[in-house]
Amino acid sequence: MFAFAIRSLAQGVLVLVTVAFIAFSMFRFVGDPVVNMLGQEATQQDRQELTERLGLNDPWPIQFARFLGNAAQGEFGVSYRQGRKVSDLIKERLPATLELAVLSAIFATGLGVLLGVYAAINRTGFVSNVIMTTSLIGVSLPTFLIGIGLIYIFAVELRWLPSFGRGDVVRLGWWSTGLLTESGRKSLILPVLTLGFFQLTLIMRLVRAEMLEVMRADFIRFARARGIADRTIELRHALRNTLIPVVTIAGLQLGSVIAFAIVTETVFQWPGLGALFVNAVQFADVPVMSAYLMFVAAVFVIVNLTVDLLYFFLDPRLRSGRRVAKGH
Amino acid sequence: MAAGGMSMDPVLSVRNLSLEFVTRRGVLRALNEISFDIARGEVLGVVGESGAGKSLTGTAIIGLIDKPGRLSGGEIWLKGQRIDNIGHDGLRKIRGRRIGMIFQDPLTSLNPLFRVGDQIAETVLTHMPVSKTEARARALALLTEVGIPAPESRIDAYPHEFSGGMRQRVVIALALAAEPDLIIADEPTTALDVSVQAQIITLLKRLCRTRGTSVMLITHDMGVIAETADRVAVMYAGRIVEIGPVADVIRHPKHPYATGLMGAIPALGAKVQRLTQITGAMPRLNAIPAGCAFRPRCTVAIGKCAETVPPLVPVGATSARCWLHEAQVERSASHG
Repeated sequence: MFAFAIRSLAQGVLVLVTVAFIAFSMFRFVGDPVVNMLGQEATQQDRQELTERLGLNDPWPIQFARFLGNAAQGEFGVSYRQGRKVSDLIKERLPATLELAVLSAIFATGLGVLLGVYAAINRTGFVSNVIMTTSLIGVSLPTFLIGIGLIYIFAVELRWLPSFGRGDVVRLGWWSTGLLTESGRKSLILPVLTLGFFQLTLIMRLVRAEMLEVMRADFIRFARARGIADRTIELRHALRNTLIPVVTIAGLQLGSVIAFAIVTETVFQWPGLGALFVNAVQFADVPVMSAYLMFVAAVFVIVNLTVDLLYFFLDPRLRSGRRVAKGH
Repeated sequence: MAAGGMSMDPVLSVRNLSLEFVTRRGVLRALNEISFDIARGEVLGVVGESGAGKSLTGTAIIGLIDKPGRLSGGEIWLKGQRIDNIGHDGLRKIRGRRIGMIFQDPLTSLNPLFRVGDQIAETVLTHMPVSKTEARARALALLTEVGIPAPESRIDAYPHEFSGGMRQRVVIALALAAEPDLIIADEPTTALDVSVQAQIITLLKRLCRTRGTSVMLITHDMGVIAETADRVAVMYAGRIVEIGPVADVIRHPKHPYATGLMGAIPALGAKVQRLTQITGAMPRLNAIPAGCAFRPRCTVAIGKCAETVPPLVPVGATSARCWLHEAQVERSASHG
């Protein structure tokens, strides 16, 4: 277990360093930072001074090492466009994105597992067929269309919910939350539904398929032959076996929800990281872009690590490799 | 119907059981007029080729037939109670409690994510009015009884921490957990090493004997049958073609198929020679010939065999489904 955790951790670090290298390369290929920072009127001397000060005359491995060192401390330089530290910008935007992503992940996983189990148990029922058909729509409709559709129905026609923004937020230290005010909560509903809908249908279909597979297993048959109640078999024996592969997919999905909430954030003008990134791309704001890249990589590495560790709680076969019984 | 005096007060009594699969291309009859009794403490062996309907008979008795299969006739009685028509919940109370089941592959019979002790205790708790502590104590006692070494520590182990033979012991403990009247063992040793097979069979036999539990032992291993069973039923294409005391069926089989099967048993110590072989293969369910299903492979078939299915009639100590013997029966009857 310990060795396993160390190995996963090492892999994660390797991934991060690789991504950091790509992020670092962006500075060299996407424009000249000196020109970007000083503008066109600067003298040659100013440029040389700045180049020296930024350490751009050093060989690239040293520059990369410096970049890594700064990145490890959460320093990604200064935004070209806004003239503020990138770390501050991210810190400012992070709560909005995380709140949105975590809520939609909870919505998607919770409801997804519930509906998936229901559809697997009542495979031929009318409700199951309705769920399955609806889920097909969810899988095939693009996110922005769902978002715009929801805005049209609930914000434009019914006027129940706001169509954009976070509403009023409450500051808790550096964190800001919309969960403590009514307008904040109302503003969350549509973006959460939009962002979570695709994941919901995906997880639901996955749970259903896995569960049907598990229900065919010998140990389920044996459990039936032992007279165990149907509900116990479905919700104890089958569900737990179903969840092992589901955790992997759901984990990766959570990662992508946090990392790529861009579309939803754009549709709802959500002041999160996705919106920050879209603006950065428009202005070739390399420090912000590279920081965002690192952030996405970090999210995936952390999620993957968590998933790996979760396996140990779900699957005893991974836990005790050395205690296997000998003998006949 | 059954030979000997065993049928006085049967634990299980199957009468004219038929089972069909309704498919798009018509109805397939997988079991046809199956009848047999199992007495208290008796071991009934059921043999036959793959697809003869052995496992299906066992599955039908505990009501675990998957769709599109369905019972199309006959009755199943367990200690005087009819159990083929008592519905899902009624059957659930019988499964595990009064009929225990052992499947072929111990590697896949246990839920990999639950400790073996918990799986046994779960079965006990399902069927018996005991506390969790008592259920665990019972699980421990069962594990000890089936010969798991150091059961106090193994009770909290997971299935993957056991070898195949040990897992089958756990499966036996599970089947016996609620003290059933009958155990249906469906090829309990097929997936195991030869060296372990004998141990498992001996264990099963001993446990059932001490409890007076009846056993329906489904296998295609004639050696196991000869050693273990009191009576044996030979199945072919969904019918019982011969049933009787094991010694008689093995030494003096009456049905040509049974004769062929017994001829195919290699004898240890005997001079090595070619074993008898039954030519051809068992017909598929959708191509069972009219009359006796064995006729196309039978070397002694007569004209009547192609026309009508022979009834199961007593022939000496056993009962067989063959026209040759009907002639004998009639002849001896007219003599006497």
